[in-house]
Amino acid sequence: MEENSIVVQDLCKHFKGFTLDHVSFQVPKGRIVGFIGENGAGKSTTIRLILDELRKDGGQVTIFGSDHREVSLKEEIGVVFDTCNFHDVCTAKDVEKILAGVYRNWDGTVFHQYLKRFQIPVDKKIGDFSKGMKMKLSILCAMAHRPKLLILDEATTGLDPVVRDEILDLFLEYIQKEDNSIFFSSHITSDIEKIADYVIFIHRGKILFEEQKDDLLDHYGILRCKKEYFASISREDIITYRETPLSMECLVWDREKAKGKYSHAVVDNASLEDIMLFYIKGKEGGEASYERTGL
Amino acid sequence: MEVIISNSSDKPIYEQICIQVKKQIMDGALQAGEALPSMRALARDLHISVITVQRAYEDLTRDGFIETVSGKGSFVAAQNREFIQEEQLRIAEELLQKAAEIGRAHGISYEKMTGILKMFYEDM
Repeated sequence: MEENSIVVQDLCKHFKGFTLDHVSFQVPKGRIVGFIGENGAGKSTTIRLILDELRKDGGQVTIFGSDHREVSLKEEIGVVFDTCNFHDVCTAKDVEKILAGVYRNWDGTVFHQYLKRFQIPVDKKIGDFSKGMKMKLSILCAMAHRPKLLILDEATTGLDPVVRDEILDLFLEYIQKEDNSIFFSSHITSDIEKIADYVIFIHRGKILFEEQKDDLLDHYGILRCKKEYFASISREDIITYRETPLSMECLVWDREKAKGKYSHAVVDNASLEDIMLFYIKGKEGGEASYERTGL
Repeated sequence: MEVIISNSSDKPIYEQICIQVKKQIMDGALQAGEALPSMRALARDLHISVITVQRAYEDLTRDGFIETVSGKGSFVAAQNREFIQEEQLRIAEELLQKAAEIGRAHGISYEKMTGILKMFYEDM
């Protein structure tokens, strides 16, 4: 039995034109959970509801077993959004002064080690920082009070591969402590593909699946074949399909089986990006629907 | 211990780790009693998920190559290398026997068969 850091149950929120519809999932302790979905799918809404920045219309959120509105929990959580919310005229030193007054567990030594390691100047105005530096500072600030849970919303989006790699390193270091967990949303699926233990996929306000990442990558495949051959493919084997001018492409759940069964087709490994694209843009028609994948 | 991960391989990452660690144990590059990196440390160093490493270590434990002492970590098990090789040879013999039966029944020449075996050996 794995203990959970976050448990979300039947979470609902209605806006004009958008509904978050009975969203349920878990973030187990000691794990990295990636939260994927296209823009507007409900990722940020879910995160803001978890953090109690938005009022939920229904459902339950517990963090470390307590109701998420419990104020004392804020000490245990580090949060990063996609923009750096520190004022442009502040320096890293000023930010430290503010945060050291906010968090009881603020660790100045750790903070300055981080600044040094990521080459962030202490006395430079944040307004003069590059985007990468701003993001790094936001992440370091979220980690310097040694939280047990990190929640990040698109924190690596818009950063170059070098900075993203540094940040992934930092995440993997953070998770060396078995009690720590990370919940991060991104539409850059390659980051999630690298380090996440679990992947949660949200589409139009609904969770499509919640799976171990390895299971996804070891099983899903993309089958490509001639149009005339498509009719002979059993609908039980495909989840969604797309028609291109020259061929048919299908997302299959069991690629080894598909390889053995359809010798006239090409079956490739599917990346998270492929899986996401096919779920969103592919035509349903396969009988191996969302339910098939164990939701 | 050395592990090289291929992202374009057909084999899942946990299996790649398993195969390489087994090989190093059989070669003697990893000695009985030697400590393996902790699962979390290996995940960090390889930039992969902890669950992937966990699965590899579970398989290695199941096959008797490593032992995990809770709170202390994982170690190369003190096993008999010849014994493992013997076991594996027996499995290989069974499979080869099957190949020979198929070959004989369908008129595939002995040279062709050994050629295929040679090709597989060199491929890996």
